[in-house]
Amino acid sequence: MIPPALAAAPRLSRWITINASGTVAVRSGKVELGQGILTALGQIVADELDVGFNRIQLIPLTAPVTAEQTLTAGSRSLEESGAALRQAAAEVRALFIAASGLGSHATVHDGLIMSDAGTTSYWDLAETVSLDVDATGEPRPKPPSHHTVVGTSTPRIDLPDKVYGRARFIHDMSLPGMLYGRVVRPPSPGATLRSLDTSATKALTGIVEVVRDGSFLGVVAAQEETAISGAELLRSHAVWDETASLPSSVAELLTSTPVETQTVDAVSPGFPTTATAYYSRPYLAHASIGPACAIAQWSGTALEVWSHTQGAYNLRKAITIALPVALDQITVHHVEGSGCYGHNGADDVAFDAVLLARVVPGHAVQVVWSRADELAWAPFGPAMGVRMSACVENGTITGWRHETFGNGHLARPGMSPTAPGLLSAAYLADAKPLFVSDDPPTARGGGAQRNAIPLYTFPRREIIKNRLLHMPLRTSAMRALGAYLNVFAIESFMDELAGDVDPVEFRLRHLTDDRARTVILAAADRAGWWDRVPEQDRGCGFGFARYSNHGAYCAVVAEVRAEQELQVTRLTVAVDAGLVVSPDGLRNQIEGGAIQSTSWTLKEEVRFTRTRVTSTDWESYPILKFSEVPDVDVLLVNRPDLPSRGAGEAAQGPTAAAIGNALADALGVRVRTLPLNAENIIAAMPG
Amino acid sequence: MTDTFQLTVNGTQVEVTCDRDTPLLYVLRNHLGLKGTRFGCGVGLCGACNVIIDGRTVYSCDTPLWSVAGQAIRTVEGLAGSPVQRMFLEEQAAQCGYCVSGIVMSATALLERNPKPDEREVRSALDNNLCRCGAHNRMVRAVMRAGEASS
Ligand code: FES
Ligand code: FES
Repeated sequence: MIPPALAAAPRLSRWITINASGTVAVRSGKVELGQGILTALGQIVADELDVGFNRIQLIPLTAPVTAEQTLTAGSRSLEESGAALRQAAAEVRALFIAASGLGSHATVHDGLIMSDAGTTSYWDLAETVSLDVDATGEPRPKPPSHHTVVGTSTPRIDLPDKVYGRARFIHDMSLPGMLYGRVVRPPSPGATLRSLDTSATKALTGIVEVVRDGSFLGVVAAQEETAISGAELLRSHAVWDETASLPSSVAELLTSTPVETQTVDAVSPGFPTTATAYYSRPYLAHASIGPACAIAQWSGTALEVWSHTQGAYNLRKAITIALPVALDQITVHHVEGSGCYGHNGADDVAFDAVLLARVVPGHAVQVVWSRADELAWAPFGPAMGVRMSACVENGTITGWRHETFGNGHLARPGMSPTAPGLLSAAYLADAKPLFVSDDPPTARGGGAQRNAIPLYTFPRREIIKNRLLHMPLRTSAMRALGAYLNVFAIESFMDELAGDVDPVEFRLRHLTDDRARTVILAAADRAGWWDRVPEQDRGCGFGFARYSNHGAYCAVVAEVRAEQELQVTRLTVAVDAGLVVSPDGLRNQIEGGAIQSTSWTLKEEVRFTRTRVTSTDWESYPILKFSEVPDVDVLLVNRPDLPSRGAGEAAQGPTAAAIGNALADALGVRVRTLPLNAENIIAAMPG
Repeated sequence: MTDTFQLTVNGTQVEVTCDRDTPLLYVLRNHLGLKGTRFGCGVGLCGACNVIIDGRTVYSCDTPLWSVAGQAIRTVEGLAGSPVQRMFLEEQAAQCGYCVSGIVMSATALLERNPKPDEREVRSALDNNLCRCGAHNRMVRAVMRAGEASS
């Protein structure tokens, strides 16, 4: 069988080039987001080709040149591109062996092809073997027991540059004649520009252009510092009409917005219920440390864009919807940015650069968002509510109902054939409004409904999704999508229903999946769950999920101290992600996910008034600090016989749930409103 | 107001001509081409732009050029493979890596003051640096190992 991503782009030369100089160029169609994916994909190719990892060169993605992959998202890169590259490499190896004339039993060692008939190498044959042929599905890749690179902790190829402070990020790029652009955003999402006086800004030395198009404002300058001060000056001469377009609270948003209701899953619904509970989360910001950045340049009719987008192909498409420009005029190069954790401002800033570069043809223009714009204008992870109800009979759950409320989790550019989904397009004179976010289908993991279908076996169940049809604050994909709150709700509710039964024991009673049971027991044993001793103000909690019901299994034990503030002291995480490509890479992803989830769960909340987003700096949108980060102990359950699954999102839900359950254990108070900050804990205290 | 200023950057005397209020961050990145010092917030709240002046970490984003005229500034490029950097690689202490140069600078200043910090001291020295990817514990281990390696 040919893996789907390879079937979609079957030409082997699109994926792999063998160079006579002794290197192997790999075009994965995926981009580095700080998750170490390029290293892991390189390991797979090195293994299948039998070449040293140091010969592998990962070629940065350029649309429309690299093998088409729509997105680097949803923890599916290893599964999709990994499988495609593994098969492509196996076929490339076979083509070279066939061309060597050394017989089918020839072996390969670091590119050297040998048999009793003689010796040659990939590099000697590079010019003669054509890879302009389509994949056939033969031969099959090596069995896992023959892997020598996969399964080892290969150091990340991108880290030396980052640790030595070399120019590597898009922010660090500098093109000849490059100018600097900054955008002046409206004060609030519903604002329109009433009047503007550009004279002072135009008079500033070093300002090249002032741009106004509808309510879109920006400056282009010779120096970055001038662009920043020019934008501030322009802001002070703009008068806006603001409207109260935002809800008064998340609760109001979720209860009074019209919805589209969908039954996600139902088995004998309509049972009586014995318990109900409601859980919610606020809007969350992606909050990258490096704000969104892009470069664009118009030369004649050609438009070239450098971007840290997760979807270069989609960005191209979206630009053609927003502006009168054809697809074949646009090239998008991927350059690494700061970690994005989903759909942040990467595409929006690219479009800002396109708009500002349009007034200075022939010049590249680099645009960087301010911290305030990054926190207020990038799409948010949607606020969300989950109403749970269950029927419990003799200590067993016999009916389970899970109903979600909230905006969709996906509004990526390129998704709509008529709306670009790019922020500034909605503010141009010829405005193309943002489209209301939707969700991927359940078969692709879903959005709001991601992980809403429990892994536990309940004889009767009903899963309902209510998607809001208005979008007062823009929402789109943020790490784990609906899984973060759904798992928090399911796993909190499980603890609530367990009563006096040990929470782990109670879970196992309702669980037949062997991999799930193994991971749960591994985490519990490792954390010393069975011998824990109750202590004043201290608590211990459990959380579990299989990400997206399809990805990695992850179980977490959280230990907390609840004094003035809730502090997480330790997380023990067990993970089964199938065949492990890079143990340390997987650990790093899980640690990062668990720590980020701790930050969301303890502290994070986008704040807003009826007009404006007010959490616009690190004081109003605090994230976890070094002194607040828990110890994280990660235990890997390797399954060499099972396909690799991405794990970048697996820890988000289970970590939140484990912390909530630990808090309940410590204080005897069930807090169902995230974040678990002092305000929400106090509100949950009885009378 | 444009002016000419003398600075010492990583041991080398340099001269820059630009507006006196230009943040040191942009002087380093754009006028001197030292891109390792990074912009994160512009207002002294994240540490991505940290440099060392007089043994102390300074936010270069809200430090105007005129205020550091004549001073000796150290940036991540001047560390040239220091023990802290080597240990960051040993520990694979990063994900996206955007925060790393600022954190390496804070760690360097700490180890120069206190060559063998305990874990608590490392965490509190890094508390003004934000990392969104959750690479904190690896970074703390790297700094402690760098302390042990150099003493
Ligand atoms: S960029 Fe200087 S502290 Fe954030
Ligand atoms: S490694 Fe990405 S912000 Fe720290």
